[in-house]
Amino acid sequence: MKPHLSPLWRGFLACVAVLLAVGVADAAFHEVFAQNPFGAPKSAQAVEPEASGLIGWLLAKQSEFYRQMSATIRAAKSDGSAVWTLLFISFAYGIFHAAGPGHGKAVIASYLVANRETARRGIALSFASALMQSLVAILIVGISAWILNATAKTMCRAEGAIEIASYALIALFGLRLVWVKGGTFIRALQATQPVPAIAGVPHHHDHSHHHDAHDHHHHAHHHHAQDHVHDEHCGHSHGPVPSELAGPGGWRRGFAAILTVGIRPCSGAILVLVFALAQGLFWAGIAATFLMGLGTAITVAAIAVLAVSAKDVAARLSGARDGGGALFMRGLEFGAAALVLLFGAGLLLGYIAAERTTCF
Amino acid sequence: MILSIWIPPMRRLLGWLLAAAMMLASGVASAHPHVWITASSELLYAEDGSITGVRHAWTFDDMFSAYAVQGLESKKKGAYTREELGPLAQTNVESLKEYAYFTFAKADGKKERFQEPVDYFLDYKDTVLTLHFTLPLKNPVKPKQLVLEVFDRSFFIDFQMAKDNPVKLVGAPSGCQMKLDRPSDGTATAQKLNEQTFTDGPNANFGMMFANKITVDCP
Repeated sequence: MKPHLSPLWRGFLACVAVLLAVGVADAAFHEVFAQNPFGAPKSAQAVEPEASGLIGWLLAKQSEFYRQMSATIRAAKSDGSAVWTLLFISFAYGIFHAAGPGHGKAVIASYLVANRETARRGIALSFASALMQSLVAILIVGISAWILNATAKTMCRAEGAIEIASYALIALFGLRLVWVKGGTFIRALQATQPVPAIAGVPHHHDHSHHHDAHDHHHHAHHHHAQDHVHDEHCGHSHGPVPSELAGPGGWRRGFAAILTVGIRPCSGAILVLVFALAQGLFWAGIAATFLMGLGTAITVAAIAVLAVSAKDVAARLSGARDGGGALFMRGLEFGAAALVLLFGAGLLLGYIAAERTTCF
Repeated sequence: MILSIWIPPMRRLLGWLLAAAMMLASGVASAHPHVWITASSELLYAEDGSITGVRHAWTFDDMFSAYAVQGLESKKKGAYTREELGPLAQTNVESLKEYAYFTFAKADGKKERFQEPVDYFLDYKDTVLTLHFTLPLKNPVKPKQLVLEVFDRSFFIDFQMAKDNPVKLVGAPSGCQMKLDRPSDGTATAQKLNEQTFTDGPNANFGMMFANKITVDCP
Protein backbone atom coordinates (compact mmCIF):
# COMPACT_ATOMS: atom_id res chain seq x y z
CA MET A 1 0.00 0.00 0.00
CA LYS A 2 1.38 3.30 -0.99
CA PRO A 3 1.69 5.70 1.89
CA HIS A 4 -0.08 8.77 0.68
CA LEU A 5 -1.91 11.41 2.58
CA SER A 6 -5.63 11.73 2.55
CA PRO A 7 -6.92 14.77 0.72
CA LEU A 8 -8.17 16.19 3.97
CA TRP A 9 -4.79 15.88 5.62
CA ARG A 10 -3.06 17.34 2.60
CA GLY A 11 -5.50 20.18 2.56
CA PHE A 12 -4.88 20.82 6.20
CA LEU A 13 -1.12 20.87 5.76
CA ALA A 14 -1.43 23.12 2.79
CA CYS A 15 -3.68 25.42 4.70
CA VAL A 16 -1.25 25.64 7.58
CA ALA A 17 1.61 26.36 5.22
CA VAL A 18 -0.11 29.16 3.42
CA LEU A 19 -1.63 30.69 6.51
CA LEU A 20 1.76 30.80 8.11
CA ALA A 21 3.50 32.17 5.09
CA VAL A 22 0.96 34.91 4.68
CA GLY A 23 0.71 35.39 8.38
CA VAL A 24 4.35 36.04 8.95
CA ALA A 25 4.27 38.42 6.09
CA ASP A 26 3.14 41.01 8.51
CA ALA A 27 2.96 41.43 12.22
CA ALA A 28 -0.42 42.95 11.69
CA PHE A 29 -1.75 39.52 11.02
CA HIS A 30 -0.57 38.43 14.40
CA GLU A 31 -2.17 41.28 16.11
CA VAL A 32 -5.55 40.55 14.63
CA PHE A 33 -5.54 37.44 16.72
CA ALA A 34 -3.54 38.69 19.62
CA GLN A 35 -5.99 41.42 20.34
CA ASN A 36 -9.53 41.53 21.39
CA PRO A 37 -11.00 43.76 18.71
CA PHE A 38 -13.45 45.27 21.14
CA GLY A 39 -11.03 45.60 23.97
CA ALA A 40 -8.07 47.84 23.99
CA PRO A 41 -8.27 51.44 22.94
CA LYS A 42 -5.66 52.64 20.52
CA SER A 43 -3.19 53.92 23.00
CA ALA A 44 -3.30 50.83 25.13
CA GLN A 45 -2.59 48.35 22.41
CA ALA A 46 -0.91 45.23 23.50
CA VAL A 47 2.05 44.91 21.28
CA GLU A 48 3.12 41.55 19.99
CA PRO A 49 3.83 39.48 23.05
CA GLU A 50 6.16 37.11 21.27
CA ALA A 51 9.81 37.74 21.46
CA SER A 52 13.03 35.88 21.39
CA GLY A 53 16.70 36.43 20.92
CA LEU A 54 15.98 36.97 17.25
CA ILE A 55 13.62 39.84 17.91
CA GLY A 56 16.12 41.37 20.24
CA TRP A 57 18.78 41.06 17.63
CA LEU A 58 16.60 42.51 14.88
CA LEU A 59 15.55 45.36 17.14
CA ALA A 60 19.07 46.06 18.18
CA LYS A 61 20.34 46.01 14.60
CA GLN A 62 17.62 48.31 13.33
CA SER A 63 18.08 50.74 16.15
CA GLU A 64 21.80 50.64 15.70
CA PHE A 65 21.68 51.42 12.00
CA TYR A 66 19.00 54.02 12.47
CA ARG A 67 20.81 55.82 15.22
CA GLN A 68 24.01 55.85 13.23
CA MET A 69 22.26 57.73 10.47
CA SER A 70 22.03 61.08 12.22
CA ALA A 71 25.66 60.95 13.28
CA THR A 72 26.72 59.95 9.78
CA ILE A 73 24.74 62.74 8.14
CA ARG A 74 26.39 65.21 10.51
CA ALA A 75 29.78 63.76 9.68
CA ALA A 76 29.03 64.03 5.97
CA LYS A 77 28.84 67.80 6.32
CA SER A 78 32.57 68.02 6.75
CA ASP A 79 33.72 64.67 5.41
CA GLY A 80 32.34 63.63 2.04
CA SER A 81 33.35 60.01 2.45
CA ALA A 82 30.87 59.64 5.31
CA VAL A 83 28.18 59.64 2.60
CA TRP A 84 29.27 56.16 1.58
CA THR A 85 28.86 55.02 5.16
CA LEU A 86 25.44 56.63 5.19
CA LEU A 87 24.41 54.79 2.05
CA PHE A 88 25.57 51.48 3.45
CA ILE A 89 23.82 52.05 6.75
CA SER A 90 20.61 53.04 4.98
CA PHE A 91 20.67 49.93 2.87
CA ALA A 92 21.28 47.66 5.84
CA TYR A 93 18.62 49.47 7.81
CA GLY A 94 16.13 48.97 4.99
CA ILE A 95 16.75 45.23 4.97
CA PHE A 96 16.25 44.85 8.70
CA HIS A 97 13.51 47.38 9.02
CA ALA A 98 11.24 45.88 6.40
CA ALA A 99 11.04 42.74 8.50
CA GLY A 100 9.01 44.81 10.96
CA PRO A 101 5.37 45.71 10.64
CA GLY A 102 4.08 47.71 7.74
CA HIS A 103 5.79 48.01 4.41
CA GLY A 104 3.01 46.11 2.75
CA LYS A 105 4.38 42.62 3.13
CA ALA A 106 0.98 41.32 4.11
CA VAL A 107 -0.75 43.09 1.27
CA ILE A 108 1.74 42.00 -1.35
CA ALA A 109 1.94 38.43 -0.10
CA SER A 110 -1.84 38.07 0.14
CA TYR A 111 -2.29 39.67 -3.25
CA LEU A 112 0.18 37.25 -4.80
CA VAL A 113 -1.55 34.26 -3.24
CA ALA A 114 -5.03 35.47 -4.12
CA ASN A 115 -4.14 36.22 -7.71
CA ARG A 116 -1.97 33.17 -8.33
CA GLU A 117 0.91 35.36 -9.27
CA THR A 118 4.42 34.16 -9.94
CA ALA A 119 7.36 34.69 -7.65
CA ARG A 120 8.97 36.83 -10.33
CA ARG A 121 6.03 39.19 -10.30
CA GLY A 122 6.16 39.19 -6.53
CA ILE A 123 9.72 40.42 -6.68
CA ALA A 124 8.84 43.06 -9.27
CA LEU A 125 5.90 44.27 -7.19
CA SER A 126 8.05 44.46 -4.06
CA PHE A 127 10.67 46.57 -5.77
CA ALA A 128 8.16 48.83 -7.49
CA SER A 129 6.22 49.49 -4.29
CA ALA A 130 9.39 50.15 -2.29
CA LEU A 131 10.54 52.60 -4.94
CA MET A 132 7.21 54.35 -4.75
CA GLN A 133 7.44 54.50 -0.96
CA SER A 134 10.79 56.21 -1.27
CA LEU A 135 9.48 58.66 -3.84
CA VAL A 136 6.47 59.54 -1.70
CA ALA A 137 8.70 60.22 1.32
CA ILE A 138 10.97 62.44 -0.78
CA LEU A 139 7.99 64.27 -2.28
CA ILE A 140 6.39 64.89 1.11
CA VAL A 141 9.55 66.33 2.61
CA GLY A 142 10.65 68.02 -0.62
CA ILE A 143 7.38 69.85 -1.11
CA SER A 144 6.32 70.55 2.45
CA ALA A 145 9.62 71.12 4.23
CA TRP A 146 11.98 72.24 1.51
CA ILE A 147 9.71 74.26 -0.76
CA LEU A 148 6.93 75.37 1.61
CA ASN A 149 8.99 75.33 4.83
CA ALA A 150 6.06 73.79 6.62
CA THR A 151 6.32 72.84 10.27
CA ALA A 152 6.66 69.32 11.61
CA LYS A 153 3.05 69.54 12.75
CA THR A 154 1.83 70.17 9.20
CA MET A 155 4.05 67.48 7.80
CA CYS A 156 2.94 65.01 10.39
CA ARG A 157 -0.68 65.79 9.61
CA ALA A 158 -0.02 65.21 5.94
CA GLU A 159 1.63 61.96 6.84
CA GLY A 160 -1.33 61.00 8.98
CA ALA A 161 -3.76 61.79 6.17
CA ILE A 162 -1.75 59.70 3.73
CA GLU A 163 -1.69 56.91 6.28
CA ILE A 164 -5.47 56.89 6.57
CA ALA A 165 -5.76 57.03 2.79
CA SER A 166 -3.42 54.09 2.45
CA TYR A 167 -5.43 52.03 4.93
CA ALA A 168 -8.58 52.87 3.02
CA LEU A 169 -6.84 51.83 -0.19
CA ILE A 170 -5.84 48.51 1.35
CA ALA A 171 -9.43 47.93 2.42
CA LEU A 172 -10.74 48.84 -1.04
CA PHE A 173 -8.14 46.71 -2.72
CA GLY A 174 -9.11 43.84 -0.43
CA LEU A 175 -12.77 44.42 -1.15
CA ARG A 176 -12.14 44.17 -4.87
CA LEU A 177 -10.09 40.99 -4.42
CA VAL A 178 -12.80 39.51 -2.20
CA TRP A 179 -15.42 40.36 -4.78
CA VAL A 180 -13.52 38.71 -7.62
CA LYS A 181 -12.15 35.77 -5.66
CA GLY A 182 -15.39 35.23 -3.78
CA GLY A 183 -17.18 34.83 -7.11
CA THR A 184 -14.61 32.35 -8.32
CA PHE A 185 -14.78 30.44 -5.07
CA ILE A 186 -18.56 30.25 -5.08
CA ARG A 187 -18.56 29.06 -8.68
CA ALA A 188 -15.98 26.42 -7.84
CA LEU A 189 -18.14 25.44 -4.90
CA GLN A 190 -21.21 25.10 -7.05
CA ALA A 191 -19.30 23.30 -9.74
CA THR A 192 -17.71 20.60 -7.64
CA GLN A 193 -20.90 18.93 -6.54
CA PRO A 194 -22.64 18.44 -9.88
CA VAL A 195 -19.47 17.68 -11.79
CA PRO A 196 -19.02 13.98 -11.00
CA ALA A 197 -22.65 13.25 -11.77
CA ILE A 198 -22.84 15.30 -14.94
CA ALA A 199 -19.44 14.66 -16.34
CA GLY A 200 -19.14 11.15 -15.06
CA VAL A 201 -15.49 11.03 -15.95
CA PRO A 202 -12.70 9.99 -13.64
CA HIS A 203 -10.73 12.87 -12.26
CA HIS A 204 -7.44 11.13 -12.05
CA HIS A 205 -5.59 12.82 -14.82
CA ASP A 206 -1.90 12.34 -14.88
CA HIS A 207 -1.18 15.77 -16.22
CA SER A 208 1.55 17.82 -14.83
CA HIS A 209 -0.10 20.40 -12.69
CA HIS A 210 1.41 23.76 -13.09
CA HIS A 211 -1.82 25.60 -12.84
CA ASP A 212 -0.49 28.19 -10.47
CA ALA A 213 1.69 29.55 -13.24
CA HIS A 214 -1.38 30.53 -15.15
CA ASP A 215 -3.50 33.44 -14.50
CA HIS A 216 -7.12 32.88 -15.21
CA HIS A 217 -9.40 35.81 -15.50
CA HIS A 218 -12.41 34.04 -14.20
CA HIS A 219 -14.40 37.14 -13.88
CA ALA A 220 -13.87 37.73 -17.56
CA HIS A 221 -15.42 34.45 -18.63
CA HIS A 222 -17.58 33.45 -15.75
CA HIS A 223 -20.46 32.58 -18.02
CA HIS A 224 -18.71 29.37 -18.90
CA ALA A 225 -16.88 28.84 -15.67
CA GLN A 226 -18.87 25.66 -15.17
CA ASP A 227 -17.30 24.06 -18.20
CA HIS A 228 -13.84 25.05 -17.19
CA VAL A 229 -13.66 23.79 -13.70
CA HIS A 230 -11.51 20.81 -14.64
CA ASP A 231 -9.38 22.94 -16.83
CA GLU A 232 -8.33 24.97 -13.92
CA HIS A 233 -6.58 22.19 -12.21
CA CYS A 234 -5.71 20.11 -15.17
CA GLY A 235 -3.45 22.70 -16.62
CA HIS A 236 -5.06 23.34 -19.98
CA SER A 237 -3.97 26.66 -21.17
CA HIS A 238 -6.73 29.04 -21.81
CA GLY A 239 -5.53 31.82 -19.60
CA PRO A 240 -2.76 34.18 -20.53
CA VAL A 241 0.61 32.55 -20.96
CA PRO A 242 3.23 33.62 -18.44
CA SER A 243 4.97 35.95 -20.84
CA GLU A 244 1.81 37.98 -21.18
CA LEU A 245 1.86 38.74 -17.50
CA ALA A 246 4.71 41.13 -17.92
CA GLY A 247 2.80 42.95 -20.62
CA PRO A 248 1.01 46.24 -20.15
CA GLY A 249 -2.16 44.55 -18.95
CA GLY A 250 -0.21 42.63 -16.34
CA TRP A 251 1.34 45.77 -15.01
CA ARG A 252 -1.97 47.53 -14.93
CA ARG A 253 -3.24 44.83 -12.62
CA GLY A 254 -0.16 45.02 -10.48
CA PHE A 255 -0.35 48.78 -10.31
CA ALA A 256 -3.20 48.68 -7.83
CA ALA A 257 -1.01 46.65 -5.49
CA ILE A 258 1.96 48.96 -5.99
CA LEU A 259 -0.14 52.03 -5.33
CA THR A 260 -1.79 50.51 -2.29
CA VAL A 261 1.48 49.60 -0.68
CA GLY A 262 3.66 52.36 -2.02
CA ILE A 263 1.57 55.35 -1.09
CA ARG A 264 2.49 55.18 2.55
CA PRO A 265 5.98 56.41 3.26
CA CYS A 266 8.11 55.10 6.07
CA SER A 267 8.22 57.56 8.94
CA GLY A 268 11.87 56.70 9.44
CA ALA A 269 12.65 57.93 5.95
CA ILE A 270 10.79 61.17 6.60
CA LEU A 271 12.75 61.82 9.78
CA VAL A 272 16.02 61.15 8.01
CA LEU A 273 15.06 63.44 5.13
CA VAL A 274 14.07 66.31 7.38
CA PHE A 275 17.21 65.87 9.41
CA ALA A 276 19.35 65.86 6.26
CA LEU A 277 17.53 68.96 5.07
CA ALA A 278 18.24 70.72 8.35
CA GLN A 279 21.91 69.87 7.93
CA GLY A 280 21.87 71.31 4.41
CA LEU A 281 22.44 67.87 2.92
CA PHE A 282 19.05 67.13 1.46
CA TRP A 283 20.56 65.22 -1.44
CA ALA A 284 22.28 62.84 0.99
CA GLY A 285 18.91 62.24 2.63
CA ILE A 286 17.39 61.47 -0.77
CA ALA A 287 20.16 59.01 -1.59
CA ALA A 288 19.75 57.40 1.82
CA THR A 289 16.00 57.09 1.26
CA PHE A 290 16.47 55.27 -2.04
CA LEU A 291 18.97 52.90 -0.48
CA MET A 292 16.57 52.23 2.39
CA GLY A 293 13.92 51.47 -0.23
CA LEU A 294 16.25 49.05 -1.96
CA GLY A 295 16.93 47.23 1.29
CA THR A 296 13.22 47.15 2.08
CA ALA A 297 12.47 45.76 -1.36
CA ILE A 298 14.86 42.88 -0.86
CA THR A 299 13.22 41.78 2.38
CA VAL A 300 9.68 42.22 1.09
CA ALA A 301 10.59 40.33 -2.09
CA ALA A 302 11.99 37.48 -0.01
CA ILE A 303 8.76 37.26 1.95
CA ALA A 304 6.73 37.48 -1.24
CA VAL A 305 8.69 34.58 -2.72
CA LEU A 306 8.16 32.62 0.49
CA ALA A 307 4.41 33.19 0.28
CA VAL A 308 4.27 32.17 -3.38
CA SER A 309 6.36 29.05 -2.70
CA ALA A 310 4.17 28.05 0.20
CA LYS A 311 1.14 28.49 -1.98
CA ASP A 312 2.74 26.36 -4.70
CA VAL A 313 3.38 23.65 -2.16
CA ALA A 314 -0.22 23.90 -1.06
CA ALA A 315 -1.37 23.72 -4.65
CA ARG A 316 0.67 20.60 -5.31
CA LEU A 317 -0.39 18.92 -2.10
CA SER A 318 -4.07 19.62 -2.42
CA GLY A 319 -4.71 20.03 -6.09
CA ALA A 320 -2.89 16.99 -7.30
CA ARG A 321 -5.80 14.72 -7.83
CA ASP A 322 -9.33 15.75 -7.31
CA GLY A 323 -11.80 18.55 -7.75
CA GLY A 324 -11.69 19.12 -4.03
CA GLY A 325 -8.13 20.32 -4.42
CA ALA A 326 -9.10 22.94 -6.94
CA LEU A 327 -11.91 23.99 -4.68
CA PHE A 328 -9.48 24.18 -1.82
CA MET A 329 -7.17 26.43 -3.79
CA ARG A 330 -10.04 28.74 -4.74
CA GLY A 331 -10.92 28.84 -1.07
CA LEU A 332 -7.35 29.68 -0.22
CA GLU A 333 -7.26 32.49 -2.74
CA PHE A 334 -10.50 33.77 -1.37
CA GLY A 335 -9.04 33.59 2.13
CA ALA A 336 -5.99 35.55 1.05
CA ALA A 337 -8.25 38.17 -0.50
CA ALA A 338 -10.27 38.34 2.69
CA LEU A 339 -7.05 38.81 4.63
CA VAL A 340 -6.22 41.93 2.64
CA LEU A 341 -9.66 43.31 3.38
CA LEU A 342 -9.22 42.42 7.04
CA PHE A 343 -5.87 44.21 7.20
CA GLY A 344 -7.28 47.28 5.58
CA ALA A 345 -10.32 47.40 7.82
CA GLY A 346 -8.26 46.62 10.91
CA LEU A 347 -5.73 49.32 10.17
CA LEU A 348 -8.44 51.81 9.30
CA LEU A 349 -10.37 51.20 12.50
CA GLY A 350 -7.24 51.21 14.61
CA TYR A 351 -7.43 47.62 15.76
CA ILE A 352 -4.15 46.83 14.14
CA ALA A 353 -1.18 49.05 14.68
CA ALA A 354 1.23 49.20 11.84
CA GLU A 355 4.10 51.50 12.39
CA ARG A 356 1.95 54.37 13.42
CA THR A 357 2.68 57.97 12.78
CA THR A 358 3.08 59.69 16.11
CA CYS A 359 2.67 63.43 15.98
CA PHE A 360 3.64 65.23 19.07
CA MET B 1 1.69 6.90 -8.87
CA ILE B 2 4.43 9.45 -8.63
CA LEU B 3 2.59 11.06 -5.77
CA SER B 4 3.86 8.63 -3.19
CA ILE B 5 7.42 9.37 -4.19
CA TRP B 6 7.29 13.11 -4.09
CA ILE B 7 5.06 13.58 -1.12
CA PRO B 8 7.78 12.90 1.47
CA PRO B 9 10.15 15.55 0.05
CA MET B 10 7.19 17.83 -0.20
CA ARG B 11 6.52 17.31 3.46
CA ARG B 12 10.10 18.00 4.26
CA LEU B 13 9.93 21.17 2.22
CA LEU B 14 6.75 22.05 4.03
CA GLY B 15 8.47 21.49 7.33
CA TRP B 16 11.24 23.75 6.19
CA LEU B 17 8.78 26.41 5.14
CA LEU B 18 7.00 26.16 8.46
CA ALA B 19 10.27 26.55 10.31
CA ALA B 20 11.18 29.57 8.21
CA ALA B 21 7.73 30.98 8.76
CA MET B 22 7.96 30.56 12.51
CA MET B 23 11.33 32.22 12.56
CA LEU B 24 10.06 35.13 10.57
CA ALA B 25 6.94 35.34 12.67
CA SER B 26 9.01 35.93 15.72
CA GLY B 27 11.15 38.40 13.88
CA VAL B 28 8.66 40.48 11.99
CA ALA B 29 6.56 41.23 14.97
CA SER B 30 8.55 44.12 16.24
CA ALA B 31 8.68 47.74 15.40
CA HIS B 32 11.69 49.66 16.50
CA PRO B 33 11.94 53.06 18.03
CA HIS B 34 12.13 56.12 15.84
CA VAL B 35 12.41 58.56 18.69
CA TRP B 36 14.72 58.39 21.66
CA ILE B 37 13.98 60.21 24.86
CA THR B 38 16.32 60.66 27.77
CA ALA B 39 14.10 61.28 30.75
CA SER B 40 14.59 62.57 34.22
CA SER B 41 11.66 62.71 36.58
CA GLU B 42 10.79 64.25 39.88
CA LEU B 43 8.22 62.91 42.25
CA LEU B 44 6.48 65.81 43.92
CA TYR B 45 5.39 65.49 47.55
CA ALA B 46 3.09 67.71 49.57
CA GLU B 47 3.93 68.71 53.09
CA ASP B 48 1.81 65.95 54.54
CA GLY B 49 3.93 63.40 52.71
CA SER B 50 1.44 62.59 49.98
CA ILE B 51 2.50 62.44 46.36
CA THR B 52 0.89 65.15 44.25
CA GLY B 53 2.39 64.53 40.85
CA VAL B 54 5.33 63.94 38.57
CA ARG B 55 7.54 66.46 36.85
CA HIS B 56 9.26 65.21 33.70
CA ALA B 57 12.13 66.57 31.66
CA TRP B 58 12.37 64.66 28.39
CA THR B 59 15.27 65.27 26.06
CA PHE B 60 14.73 64.13 22.47
CA ASP B 61 17.40 62.75 20.18
CA ASP B 62 18.89 65.14 17.66
CA MET B 63 17.16 63.62 14.64
CA PHE B 64 13.74 64.04 16.15
CA SER B 65 14.67 67.47 17.51
CA ALA B 66 15.63 68.62 14.01
CA TYR B 67 12.34 67.24 12.73
CA ALA B 68 10.33 68.92 15.46
CA VAL B 69 11.77 72.39 14.93
CA GLN B 70 11.50 72.15 11.15
CA GLY B 71 9.71 75.20 9.80
CA LEU B 72 9.59 77.01 13.13
CA GLU B 73 10.47 80.68 12.99
CA SER B 74 13.22 82.02 15.16
CA LYS B 75 14.93 85.39 15.41
CA LYS B 76 18.34 83.81 15.55
CA LYS B 77 19.07 81.04 13.10
CA GLY B 78 19.65 77.71 14.80
CA ALA B 79 18.47 78.95 18.18
CA TYR B 80 14.98 78.85 19.58
CA THR B 81 13.70 80.64 22.64
CA ARG B 82 11.18 79.22 25.04
CA GLU B 83 8.57 81.62 23.61
CA GLU B 84 9.29 80.58 20.03
CA LEU B 85 8.88 76.97 21.07
CA GLY B 86 5.69 77.71 23.00
CA PRO B 87 3.21 76.52 20.36
CA LEU B 88 5.23 73.34 19.80
CA ALA B 89 5.28 72.60 23.52
CA GLN B 90 1.53 73.01 23.61
CA THR B 91 1.10 70.64 20.65
CA ASN B 92 3.36 68.16 22.40
CA VAL B 93 1.47 68.00 25.66
CA GLU B 94 -1.87 67.97 23.88
CA SER B 95 -0.78 65.06 21.69
CA LEU B 96 0.72 63.17 24.58
CA LYS B 97 -2.70 62.86 26.15
CA GLU B 98 -3.58 60.14 23.65
CA TYR B 99 -0.67 58.10 24.96
CA ALA B 100 -1.42 58.73 28.64
CA TYR B 101 1.81 60.74 28.76
CA PHE B 102 3.66 57.42 28.64
CA THR B 103 3.52 57.62 32.42
CA PHE B 104 1.81 54.97 34.51
CA ALA B 105 1.46 55.15 38.28
CA LYS B 106 0.32 52.58 40.78
CA ALA B 107 -0.15 53.35 44.44
CA ASP B 108 -0.12 50.18 46.52
CA GLY B 109 -1.09 48.28 43.43
CA LYS B 110 -3.96 50.59 42.46
CA LYS B 111 -3.80 52.48 39.19
CA GLU B 112 -3.68 56.24 39.59
CA ARG B 113 -4.68 58.78 36.98
CA PHE B 114 -3.13 62.06 36.01
CA GLN B 115 -4.62 65.42 35.24
CA GLU B 116 -3.65 67.39 32.17
CA PRO B 117 -0.08 68.69 32.25
CA VAL B 118 0.77 72.07 33.71
CA ASP B 119 3.89 74.26 33.64
CA TYR B 120 5.06 72.92 30.33
CA PHE B 121 7.73 74.37 28.09
CA LEU B 122 10.43 73.35 25.64
CA ASP B 123 14.01 74.43 25.50
CA TYR B 124 16.52 73.96 22.73
CA LYS B 125 20.15 73.47 23.62
CA ASP B 126 23.00 71.79 21.74
CA THR B 127 20.66 70.95 18.85
CA VAL B 128 18.31 68.96 21.06
CA LEU B 129 14.90 69.74 22.50
CA THR B 130 13.87 69.13 26.08
CA LEU B 131 10.22 69.05 27.07
CA HIS B 132 9.43 69.96 30.64
CA PHE B 133 6.02 69.32 32.09
CA THR B 134 4.26 68.49 35.34
CA LEU B 135 1.59 65.82 35.61
CA PRO B 136 -0.54 66.37 38.70
CA LEU B 137 -2.18 63.25 40.09
CA LYS B 138 -5.97 63.39 39.99
CA ASN B 139 -5.99 62.45 43.65
CA PRO B 140 -2.84 62.88 45.72
CA VAL B 141 -1.89 59.58 47.31
CA LYS B 142 0.12 58.49 50.29
CA PRO B 143 0.91 54.87 49.58
CA LYS B 144 3.39 52.57 51.21
CA GLN B 145 4.62 51.74 47.75
CA LEU B 146 4.43 53.80 44.61
CA VAL B 147 5.39 52.34 41.26
CA LEU B 148 5.89 54.70 38.37
CA GLU B 149 6.60 53.41 34.90
CA VAL B 150 7.68 55.45 31.93
CA PHE B 151 7.56 53.75 28.56
CA ASP B 152 5.90 53.53 25.18
CA ARG B 153 3.94 50.34 24.77
CA SER B 154 4.36 50.40 21.03
CA PHE B 155 8.06 51.11 21.35
CA PHE B 156 7.93 53.91 18.78
CA ILE B 157 9.68 55.93 21.43
CA ASP B 158 12.57 54.53 23.40
CA PHE B 159 12.63 55.98 26.90
CA GLN B 160 15.86 55.90 28.84
CA MET B 161 16.21 57.44 32.24
CA ALA B 162 19.09 59.89 32.46
CA LYS B 163 22.44 58.62 33.65
CA ASP B 164 22.77 61.28 36.32
CA ASN B 165 19.95 62.01 38.70
CA PRO B 166 17.30 60.07 36.83
CA VAL B 167 14.77 60.34 39.60
CA LYS B 168 14.43 62.87 42.36
CA LEU B 169 12.05 62.78 45.27
CA VAL B 170 11.08 66.35 46.00
CA GLY B 171 9.97 66.85 49.58
CA ALA B 172 9.54 63.17 50.35
CA PRO B 173 9.20 62.13 53.97
CA SER B 174 12.41 60.83 55.45
CA GLY B 175 12.82 57.08 55.28
CA CYS B 176 11.43 56.77 51.74
CA GLN B 177 13.51 54.51 49.55
CA MET B 178 13.68 54.89 45.79
CA LYS B 179 14.68 52.13 43.40
CA LEU B 180 15.04 52.43 39.62
CA ASP B 181 14.88 49.43 37.31
CA ARG B 182 15.96 50.41 33.86
CA PRO B 183 16.06 48.46 30.66
CA SER B 184 19.82 48.84 30.30
CA ASP B 185 19.56 48.97 26.52
CA GLY B 186 17.54 47.37 23.76
CA THR B 187 19.90 44.46 23.29
CA ALA B 188 20.30 43.43 26.87
CA THR B 189 16.60 43.79 27.53
CA ALA B 190 15.58 41.91 24.45
CA GLN B 191 17.90 39.09 25.24
CA LYS B 192 16.32 38.75 28.63
CA LEU B 193 12.97 38.28 26.98
CA ASN B 194 11.98 34.71 27.36
CA GLU B 195 8.89 32.77 28.07
CA GLN B 196 9.06 33.39 31.75
CA THR B 197 8.99 37.11 31.22
CA PHE B 198 5.77 36.79 29.29
CA THR B 199 3.96 34.50 31.58
CA ASP B 200 4.96 36.74 34.40
CA GLY B 201 1.53 38.20 35.08
CA PRO B 202 1.48 41.96 34.80
CA ASN B 203 4.65 41.95 32.76
CA ALA B 204 3.09 39.94 29.99
CA ASN B 205 3.40 42.86 27.65
CA PHE B 206 6.07 43.56 25.10
CA GLY B 207 6.37 47.31 25.67
CA MET B 208 6.80 46.71 29.38
CA MET B 209 10.13 45.15 28.62
CA PHE B 210 11.35 48.59 27.83
CA ALA B 211 9.75 50.21 30.81
CA ASN B 212 11.67 52.26 33.29
CA LYS B 213 10.28 51.26 36.62
CA ILE B 214 10.59 53.59 39.57
CA THR B 215 9.61 52.13 42.92
CA VAL B 216 9.33 54.23 46.05
CA ASP B 217 8.77 52.53 49.38
CA CYS B 218 7.85 54.67 52.34
CA PRO B 219 7.53 53.51 55.94
